[in-house]
This record gives sequence, C-alpha cells and structure tokens, in this order.
Amino acid sequence: MASLKDVRVGEACTVSKLGGTGAIKRRIMDMGITKGTHIYVRKVAPLGDPIEVTVRGYELSLRKDEASCVEVTDVAKAEKGVA
Amino acid sequence: MAEKIDIALAGNPNCGKTTLFNELTGSNGYVGNWPGVTVEKKEAVWKKDDSVLFTDLPGIYSLSPYSPEEVVSRDFIISGRPSAIIDLVDVTNIERNLYLTTQVLETGRPVVVGLNMCDLLAQRGEKIDAKRLSKILGVPVVEVSALRSKNLDELVKTAVDSGRANKVAQGVKCFSPEVEKALGTIANTIADSCAPDLLRWYSIKAFERDSAAIEPLHLSKQQLEDMEKVIEPIERDRDDDSESIITSERYEWIATVMGACVVKAPGKLTVSEKIDRVVTNRVLGLPIFIVIMIGVYWVALVAVGTPATNWVNDNLFSDGFFVNGDGQAAYEEADEAWQDAHYTDQISGFIAAAEEAGVNTDGVQDAIGADPQTADDEATIAAFEEDAEKAGVVATNVPITNSDGNFVDTEGNVITKLDADGNPVPAAGQEVDVLPTVTAADFKTAVDTPEPDQHDYDGFVDSIPNAVTGWLTEADASDVVISLVVDGIIGGVGSVLGFIPQIFVLFVMLCFLEDCGYMSRVAFVMDRVFRRFGLSGKSFIPMIVSSGCGVPGVLATKTIENERDRRMTAMLTTMIPCSAKLPIIALVMGVLAGGSNMWWVAPMFYLMGIAAIIISAVMLKKTKRFAGEPVPFVMELPDYHMPAIKSWALHVWERVAAYIKKAGTIIFAAAVGIWALSNFGLAGWEGGDGSFGFLQAMDGAPDTYMDYSILAGIGGALSFIFMPLGFGNWQATASTISALIAKENLVSTFGVLYGLGDATENSVSMWQGFASMFTVAGTLHVGAMCAFVAFNMLCAPCFAAMGTIRRQMDDPKWFWFAIGYECGFGWVIGLLINQFYELFVFGNFGFWTVVAFVLLALMIWQLFRPMPKWDEKDEHILDNLAEEPVA
Repeated sequence: MASLKDVRVGEACTVSKLGGTGAIKRRIMDMGITKGTHIYVRKVAPLGDPIEVTVRGYELSLRKDEASCVEVTDVAKAEKGVA
Repeated sequence: MAEKIDIALAGNPNCGKTTLFNELTGSNGYVGNWPGVTVEKKEAVWKKDDSVLFTDLPGIYSLSPYSPEEVVSRDFIISGRPSAIIDLVDVTNIERNLYLTTQVLETGRPVVVGLNMCDLLAQRGEKIDAKRLSKILGVPVVEVSALRSKNLDELVKTAVDSGRANKVAQGVKCFSPEVEKALGTIANTIADSCAPDLLRWYSIKAFERDSAAIEPLHLSKQQLEDMEKVIEPIERDRDDDSESIITSERYEWIATVMGACVVKAPGKLTVSEKIDRVVTNRVLGLPIFIVIMIGVYWVALVAVGTPATNWVNDNLFSDGFFVNGDGQAAYEEADEAWQDAHYTDQISGFIAAAEEAGVNTDGVQDAIGADPQTADDEATIAAFEEDAEKAGVVATNVPITNSDGNFVDTEGNVITKLDADGNPVPAAGQEVDVLPTVTAADFKTAVDTPEPDQHDYDGFVDSIPNAVTGWLTEADASDVVISLVVDGIIGGVGSVLGFIPQIFVLFVMLCFLEDCGYMSRVAFVMDRVFRRFGLSGKSFIPMIVSSGCGVPGVLATKTIENERDRRMTAMLTTMIPCSAKLPIIALVMGVLAGGSNMWWVAPMFYLMGIAAIIISAVMLKKTKRFAGEPVPFVMELPDYHMPAIKSWALHVWERVAAYIKKAGTIIFAAAVGIWALSNFGLAGWEGGDGSFGFLQAMDGAPDTYMDYSILAGIGGALSFIFMPLGFGNWQATASTISALIAKENLVSTFGVLYGLGDATENSVSMWQGFASMFTVAGTLHVGAMCAFVAFNMLCAPCFAAMGTIRRQMDDPKWFWFAIGYECGFGWVIGLLINQFYELFVFGNFGFWTVVAFVLLALMIWQLFRPMPKWDEKDEHILDNLAEEPVA
C-alpha cells in the first residue's frame, strides 16, 4: 500500500485510508484529508521536508511523518494546480 | 439603552475575521489572553452601538479537543453561551470553512453565517447561491466584504435580531442514516442530563467519545454502556473509529452542498501560486528566506529601529538634543576645540608638577571641578595659582588622554597597560603622547575655559531627566524626591519607552510578513532544521530579533502557532546576546586582549547563545512540562495577498499597545524597587552615624556610597551562591542584580562600586578594575571571569524582557519556570567553566569539582537519552465510553 509520503511532486492520488491516532489523525482529517479525497502533491520544502499538497482547493503543508499516515491509491501524474 | 448582547466571532484562520473585528469595533477593546493559555483573547463593543459586545475567538479549523485554541473556543461557546455567533466563511476556500460551520451550528446558539471575499470569488468566475445555502444550513447567510466594509451592518443586525429572538440553530443532518440513527439513540439516553439546546452537540460528542466535552454531564455508567452499544457496531461495520466517521461524513455532506450551491470555474494558476513557486522554490527558497531575514534584521536593528531607540534613550532620557542645526554645529565645533586643547590633562599635569615642587595642592582639583564654585573654591584656586607662579612651576611631558580617559601613544592608539599608580606603561614601539610644557599661564587659561555647555547654544532641548531635575530643584524638592523621580521613575519609564520605536518598526515588518502570508512559508522552509531541537520553524524569527533586543524577540513568538513551541521559544530566545550585552563583551575583550583586535571573542558569545538554546531545547523537550502528544504540523499555506493598510496598522498598534500596558507596569515597579535598594542603606562609613536613610544626601557620604546600600547587603548575603562559580564577592553579585534593570548597567555599576567614576567599557582603568575582581594571588582567574560573564549572558534577562515574558506566558507558573530555568542554566554553565578551569589550569580538585562533573554527566544524559515515553493514553478521546466512568 502506498502512502502520501511516497507520492512524487507533480503526482496526484486518492486517499484510501487514514492511519495514526489522536491529535495527528484528527488534525489531518479536520483539514479535509478524508477517505476518497483527491490530493495533488505540489512541492517539497528546500530541505526535503515538509511537503506541500493541494487538497479541497487550498494549499496544505504536512511533514513526511504525517504524510506516511495517509494511505493512497490511484497515484498518477496530474496537471498542475488541478486537484 | 438596549439590553446588552454578546456576539462571538468564529471562523477559520485567514478568513478575514480579524479585519471584520477591527472594522466593527475600531479596535478599542480589551486585548489579553484566555486564562491559562498563551492564546490571545480580544473583546470590544460595536462602534455603532455599545450594547453589542464582540468576542473574537481564535482562528480555528474545528472544535476538536486537541489544540488550546480550539478548546478555549468551544468552552466559550458551550459554557459562556454568547447570545449569538457570527461564523465568517472565506468563500474562496468554502469547503474547509463550512466544515467548522457544521460544528458551530450544533452548539445550540443562534448563528449567522457571513460569506466573506465574494468579490474575489467573482473575479475567479465562480458563483455562490447564498439563498440556497441559507436554506440548507437553516440559518441566515449574509454576503459581506470585511475589507471593503460592505454589508457589515446587515450582518451584525441579523445576528443581534437572531440573538434577541433566540433563534437557535438546529444543526444540519449531515450524517449517514445509520449514524443519525445511532445519534438518535444516544440523544434519548442523555436527554434528561443536558439542556435541550445542547442535545445535538452532546450526542455527537458522546458518539466521538470526547471525554472532555461530555464530562460536565456526569453520565451514569449505565448510560455510557448503553451508548457504547450503539457506537461499537458502526465502527466495526465501517472499519474506522467513531471520531473519523463523523469527520468524513461532514466532509462528504459538504461536497453535496458544494454541488448544489457553488458554480466552479476551471482552475488556473493564480498570482499567489506564481509567487509561491518562486519563494518556496527548492533551490531559491532558502536564499530568498535568508535575504528576507537579513532585511528584517537590518531595518529593525540597524537602519531604523535601533537608531530610533538610541535617539530616544540618548536624547530624551540622557543628554538632550538640538532642534537647530546651526546651534548643534556651533556646539560640536566648540566642544571639539575644547577636547583638542586637552585642558583637563593640562590641569591635572600642572597640579602634579606643583605638588612635586612642594606647592600645597590640597583641594585644588576639587575646587576646579566644583559646580557651582563657591567663594572658597575660587580663593583656593587663586592661592594655588599664586604659589605655583612664585615657585615657578612648569609641568613637562604631560601625558594626553582621550575621551574614554585612556592614555594614547603618538599614533593615537590606546596604551593598554597601567602601573600601580595609574601611570601609562607603553608597549614596545609605543611612545606616550604628551604635551611638552604646561606653564602657570596655560593652567590659568585651562581653568578659565569651561567645557562648552549645550544649554548656551540655540535650539537645545533639554533631556527629560535634566529638565525635571531643574524644575524640582527650583521647587525646592528634597534630594530623595529628585532622585526617586529622576533616577527611579523616569529611569524606569524610560527603559519602557525607549524600546517603543524599535518594537514599532519591527512589528510593522512582522505584521506585514504575517498578514501577507509569508510567515507560514517561513515555517515551511525552516521546519526541518528546528524540529530537531523541538522548536518550530517560526522560532527563527524571534531569535534573529533577540540579537538586537529580547523584548521584541519575545513578542515575536506570537506568530508561532503551537503553544508548546511558543513557550519554549519565549523562554530561550533571550539567551542570544542582545545589544545591551555588548558592553559586557567589550569589557571582557578589553581584559583578555587589551582592546587589540581579537575579532573572534564577540562571535564566541553568539555561538554560546545558540549552543545554549539548542542544548536547552533538546533537554527541555524531554521533560514532562514540554512532553505530550506529538504536535501535528499540518498547516495551511494561505494565499499571498497585499494586506490592507488599515488592518495592518491596527495589527501593529495592538501589539505595541499590549507591550506598553502589560510590560510597562512590571518594568516600572522593578526599576523603582532596584532604585530604592541601591540608594538607601546604613551610614556605616568612617564618620557616618550608622543611621538608616537616603545615602547620597547624608553627611560625609563617599562617592562609593553604594557600598553601604541595601543592595550591597543583599549582594553580600547572596554572594555565597556564586562562590563555586569563582566570583563570590558582593560587588559581582550587586552588579548582577542591578544589571536586571538593563544589562549595560553591569558596567556602570562596576564603575560606581570601584569608584571609577565615568569610566566606560573602553577605559583601561575599567579593564583593570574588572580584572582585579578576578585576580587571585596576582594571577588573573580567567575561569572565574568567564563564568561571571557566561552567567550574566544566560541568566534572567532585564526587567523589560522579563515583563514581556510574563505577558507572553500569562501564567505565573510558566513565568517563574522560565526565569528559574534561565538562572539555573546560567549558574550550571558558570560552574562548569570555573571548576574545569580550576581543575585543568590550577589543578584544584574539590567538592564543587565533583558537583560540576555530576551536573555535566546529567546534562549529557538528558541530551542523549531517548525521548522518554510519557503516558500515551489519549485523554481526550476514550477507547471505550463504558470502560472508564467519566468524572
């Protein structure tokens, strides 16, 4: 199973399951990353972590540790900016 | 007058809520903190009707039990029961904004939804059907523009009407049939335990097993077990926990609302996205960040801020200033001419020569220096001149001193060695610069040529202390009153006011960075570096700022979104040497290197500060106080936009005003306190009567009257603390205490305690005085001196910074913890330096050496041990409702 952490810049994917517990899981979901959400990975910070994604029409940054809690499917190259 | 009504403003961060609040209230209200947390609380009345009170809730994404912002918001709504809630929604980001709305609608309060930034939406070619949305949400929906002040009155009036009529929002049925059925069962179970308004809220919270939320209901074990029976099967069925089911279904429901009410345009690259592609670019991101930081630093501390603050301190609070350029030029010319003639050197050289020639010189120097001169003084001088002329005294080779009182060589370089009598000892190749001869006539001229006085020139405005001293003297006030007002009160107020220009300039820039959206990119770019030390990417800004001044540095921690990081940064950021600590560094450089260019000494202190912060952060992160669940760094990167001048200005004013109010009081009190300690005491000097009183004004008080003050007593009593650090004398302790008013006081207090008068950190006599304090059996004890300096660099900052920490923490326990840690850490580092120096250089081994080794071992252990595992049980969300009887 792929996680959001492994999705490369410029690729999009769909959330299939959320791992993790407590504050981190709730926060990820509160920000709109729920099952079935479409996510586009926009870029990686200059030092390689965190990453920036487009979700539900806005920009969100999350650390790779946190991204590894998000299981995804349908990873594919996507047009810029369209999520 | 209409009945009072209170309205809460809720909304996501960056939805324009602050702009709305400022537009509605004109920002004339109360700014403070929510109790017990560092989250800001703002309250103010409507500018059109002061019976309407607004409370600005923190910007939040959800009403979850995890972050302090969310907890204070939901507690305020659930327990505070505002009359109505205005929920502001940013329509350019409507999906995520409506997520909070669905939760706010469940809190059983009248709610009005404001749709903000509809104009931006129109620009994108998108449209929203407000009427339809209102029908779906079951509450009034008003389209507004907070920035352009459009429809705001209608928004407030709708909220006031709903509040007065108590039209409670019913909440939306946003969940799937199975979940709604379970919620119905739960509602039946708890119906008797809670208010009907809140039944929906508590049913959902019970379903989520949110222990903190349902605790006030005091449900019985039976009720909890009954509820558990309906929750558990759904979770099994969905293979997910109940909290996640609720969250997912809210978003699914919102997606259907979006389909019904919003017409979307095809996405294209916006301006904001274009900017962002450059500034957080993988290659350019860091260089751009560094350039911006250097820019902030330069403007705030070099170009505008510090000069402005220095201007205030030097002119308003110290020397006075000129408003007339010609007057100033004339004064400066006269002053330079006076300096170049070396009149003071002529006078002291001539007197010394006269003494050698056997002429009576008793009291001559004092008579010349007396201001105003009495008839006696004049007679003393005249008699001396006559005697000297008779004896034919001519002084030869009188050494020249510069404005720091240092002897110079013919090249103009300072001579850095003095013999026991204070005469210059030139180094090899140096020749003391001298005045070849000073005759009696020269002496007469020198005595008769007074130092140019600024007051005699056009356009001179006196400084506040000088002016006030003048008024009080005219009004025949006693010396105690003058000293209290001038040294204590004006000194204290001055230390607060002096920082204002700097803070103002800094916040103009920081608020811009924050309002335009770059601040969250700072966290994005720097997160990786700072996370290693348990700090936030945004901790970088306070630290940069603190190298200029700790006060704005601590205030800048406001932009850190996580509370733990905010507290940690506020605690540690003052360990970076600020500009007031530079004189101390200069003093040490003088002693160690005699003022020669040892360029690496100053950077060492900055490195020490950075190392102290990193070591402290790593150690503290592993303590219980800073432990807890890992804090998510899931953060919105808002669109870039040009902040509106008005809200930018208000934002700056709010921060500056908060500083003046809160920090001002504590600094003021502390400054007056230290003033009293150093000016009152027992007249214990030779010829003194031993009575208690205001020392300066007592009979026969010596220049070093501070030796007899209460401060000296306290210094003596506390000096044992610093014995193991090698500077257990009362002078060092008293200087350390008085440095709490302002760190640069350390140097001037030394001057007073050692009777060095106006010597500065650049004076050779000051270096020798300072070195003598640490000289044991003729050898300079470098270890003790470094320990003293390290302690003063790292321990509690000045009162201004402490007052700011107090305000930022807004919790006495945290404040004292911060101050205690800083002092403790400084002490330990001082101990290590001194003891290891003694061990390795002098070969001394004793009890404190053992203590030093133990402390060092403890520090290393704390630094390198793995992160301890604290109780990992999630206290907010229970695994099983029935497992643990709530409350």
